Amino acid sequence: MTTKLFKQDIKVINVGLASFYEDLKYQRARVTKVDWRPPAGGNLKLVQLLSKAESEEVANANKIAVKKIVTSSPKLIDIKKARDVIGVLRGNMTLLHSGPPIEWERMSGPTKGGVIGAAIFEGWASDAGQAEELAKSGQIRFETCHDNSAVGPMAGIISPSMSVYVVKNEESGNIAFSNLNEGVGRVLRYGAYDEEVQTRLKFMEDVLAPLLKAALIITGPLDLKNIMAQSLQMGDELHTRNVASSLLLLKELGPSMVNTDFSKSDISASINFIVKNQLFFLNIAMAAGKSIMDAASGIRASSVITALTRNGTDFGVRVSALKDKWFTAPAPIPKTLFFPGYKEEDANPDIGDSAIMETNGFGAFASAASPAVVQVVGGDVKEALRNTIKMSEICLIKDKSFPIPQNNFEGIPRAIDLRRIIETGTAPIINTGVANKKPGMGTVGFGILDAPMGAFIRAFEEYASTL
Amino acid sequence: MPKKSFISKGDYRDSVFLMRVNQECQKLDGVKACAVMMGTDANKDIAKDAWLYTDELANAGPNDIFIVIDAIDEAKCEAALAKAKDLLNEVERGETAEEMSYRTLRTAIENEPDSNLVLISTPGEYAFTEALTALNNDKNVMIFSSDVPIDDELKLKQLGSKKGLLVMGPDCGTAIINGIGLGFSNIVKRGPIGIVGAAGTGIQEVTSLLDDIGISQAIGTGSHDLSEKIGGITMIDGIRMLGEDQETKVLVVISKPPSPTVTGKILEYLRKVGKPAVVNFIGGNVNDEGNIIGALTLEDAAKKALAIVTGAQPSATIFSKPREELEALITQETKRLSDKQKYVRGLFSGGTLCAEAQVLFRNMNRPVRSNVPLEKGLLIQASARGIGDTFIDMGTEEFVRGIPHPMIDFRFRNERIIRESQEDDVAVILLDVVLGLGANINPAGELADAVAKARVNGKSVIASVCGTERDPQSLHLQVSALEKLGVIILPSNAQAARLAALVASRGGVWGYLK
Repeated sequence: MTTKLFKQDIKVINVGLASFYEDLKYQRARVTKVDWRPPAGGNLKLVQLLSKAESEEVANANKIAVKKIVTSSPKLIDIKKARDVIGVLRGNMTLLHSGPPIEWERMSGPTKGGVIGAAIFEGWASDAGQAEELAKSGQIRFETCHDNSAVGPMAGIISPSMSVYVVKNEESGNIAFSNLNEGVGRVLRYGAYDEEVQTRLKFMEDVLAPLLKAALIITGPLDLKNIMAQSLQMGDELHTRNVASSLLLLKELGPSMVNTDFSKSDISASINFIVKNQLFFLNIAMAAGKSIMDAASGIRASSVITALTRNGTDFGVRVSALKDKWFTAPAPIPKTLFFPGYKEEDANPDIGDSAIMETNGFGAFASAASPAVVQVVGGDVKEALRNTIKMSEICLIKDKSFPIPQNNFEGIPRAIDLRRIIETGTAPIINTGVANKKPGMGTVGFGILDAPMGAFIRAFEEYASTL
Repeated sequence: MPKKSFISKGDYRDSVFLMRVNQECQKLDGVKACAVMMGTDANKDIAKDAWLYTDELANAGPNDIFIVIDAIDEAKCEAALAKAKDLLNEVERGETAEEMSYRTLRTAIENEPDSNLVLISTPGEYAFTEALTALNNDKNVMIFSSDVPIDDELKLKQLGSKKGLLVMGPDCGTAIINGIGLGFSNIVKRGPIGIVGAAGTGIQEVTSLLDDIGISQAIGTGSHDLSEKIGGITMIDGIRMLGEDQETKVLVVISKPPSPTVTGKILEYLRKVGKPAVVNFIGGNVNDEGNIIGALTLEDAAKKALAIVTGAQPSATIFSKPREELEALITQETKRLSDKQKYVRGLFSGGTLCAEAQVLFRNMNRPVRSNVPLEKGLLIQASARGIGDTFIDMGTEEFVRGIPHPMIDFRFRNERIIRESQEDDVAVILLDVVLGLGANINPAGELADAVAKARVNGKSVIASVCGTERDPQSLHLQVSALEKLGVIILPSNAQAARLAALVASRGGVWGYLK
């Protein structure tokens, strides 16, 4: 028995009665408080399942998943037409959409708008009426991005002739895709489909994508982990804020763009397009995130979350052990800061694959790196730090590859553990853009939300039954 | 429809800040719509789409802020515009600094790796898991929670002992580590006397009485530590720790009488440690032998430890005041009593203090009935009408279900004081008043009405106050407030019990007090 304790300053962690915490404060003792509540909200069935899931087997499986995640090495290797790399788009009139699977009737306004816009863009329909008819009659087939190694922000509509980033996870060899970001406002991914949207999409296909592809060949494959880590230190959380990452991308590709055979006006238009869009890098980061999570998917007994995503109607969750199985709950409406002219009733329920960023420890999980973003809902620097610490309570690790200066260079919390979500009753927080619920309109603001617990509880019950 | 705009030239705020200003303006009286943005072309287009464009906006460039307000009338429009300008110039300030808290112990430990003690007061069924997490992360623990299964307690204590960590509790109410009070404890000066105790209010009484010289550590073991099953693991580890501790010159050990096996073990370890050790097994005699000195009461334990430190001869204390003064006090109190009034009703908030008072009464040939009696034959239901001398421990399960401990919440004790004072044969109401951390901030104030009624009903009210000057309540303030109410205050629980017996017996028990 040593008496080390008597030679140290006492520093207490108080678990339980708040008055004991206050008493320690009164004595000017160093003390930290745990806001203790019964595990799993006191739900005995879940508590029993939790104790079943606290096994060596699960711990080992999660170690494998964590290793997959931290050793992943996503590189941007190419830009290609979607139909050339995504098998299901080769057939007749097929579109990818964000979130878990959904049929036309249940699609929200922005998703429908995106479908209409893509049908017009592909030349399948000449106007909205025709496009709706094609969708309603089942002639347009729908597939999720996630089931096809892809991710798309908001409505996430990817059609055959759109270009996609090709990201390779060099560690595990798998590939992931995402489309190119159009900017904010009246854009396809927010369900707008008018002339302005079509013209922009055409520019992106005819000029921007080929130029970026050519520049990428000159620059060579881009190490995305590097850009993401740097931008995190520059104030991005890589979901709703991609200011630094977009500029870092331009730093990598800009010189090469100038050295391509493209005309000065094409290069100028493309650079202008990129610098005006503070979310330009988002889709690349998402593809990187997808390539990482796919590598960590399908590990027997692993409770790591491999997808958080929404289709504007349902919120979907995937857990590594159960691979491609979806668990869903109604998508909530985010707490939103609206652009001028919009109100509460204009907001669509949460939408998009972009929560792949949170799934990877970015976005709201990395709030501490990007206090500007928590301001959205009236938070401050402390709140940002709190959100990151709160999310670390449901994650298995802090990844030192992505340090946050404002949090003493602690790594971002990564590898979300489904068990911890259930135990603490803490749902993942997600930063997000908010779409107008009417098709054809666009962005109304941006916000923050807690993922719905129902989806996690269902996932956990099934997960625990496989152990 | 009035629409007004304003342009703040060469002014920049980030978009989120502007959106918040915009949101605030939206809520202003009479405002139909508004836009507060940087004057980029894209933003001006948004304003156009929202029917919030004015010709003035043509002058706004990307480095200017524009405000447009659309309101129901001119005046409202003007007022909102003024407010928007104010909001724009308001310094960005977050919510009031709330302290960081964690949702789980695991995360707290991760984020505060230099923490060294975890204080657990969750419901009993959850305490084991939390304590295990603490021990697995090499943290000492104090478990305030009760109702932890004894097998779990054994596992925790074996693990802690193996790892060289203190496991105080379960059911440990009091400890003072490195001068910091934990749970229900008093603020006591640091000094040369180290305490290990299985009895919460016992530790409080001893440490408070030692405030002049000070204590090194007060280690609580929890109420089941000295059972056969646990075998005194924490007490023995505590004795060893204090044995090694340079600051500790004298040990004090406090407990209800353990089984002979456990008693033997503890005395053996005390002998091994070799430092002078004063032992008070409440109601169980310990003979002086070698470095071990027996003490009858908590006060004796404190005074004997003090005597050893100061090089004086350790001796027992009966009363602090001279006999003549006490005789006068007894006469003063007995004058108010009728012949029928012969008994003492003790209403205690401290379990150890209740037990100690019973032991002293037994020694004065006054067996006491109690809900926690010294022997089975003296058991009385807590809620039943008192018979003869009856002492109730009001901190037991039936009293604290759903309401705070009687050291915090006085309602049951006050009701009981009034009830007992209506009994014809009751002469004295005997109380303990415990101050310190965790206790009520003004016990004298809480007791005032009930005590006044008891006095009106012709009862003598005698009490001791356990606490120190530096306690949040301040000892002397509480003592003088109680004395103003007519309560006779003695410096220790033991002295208060003796005086109560003297008053009830009209001095008849003097013969037992030598």
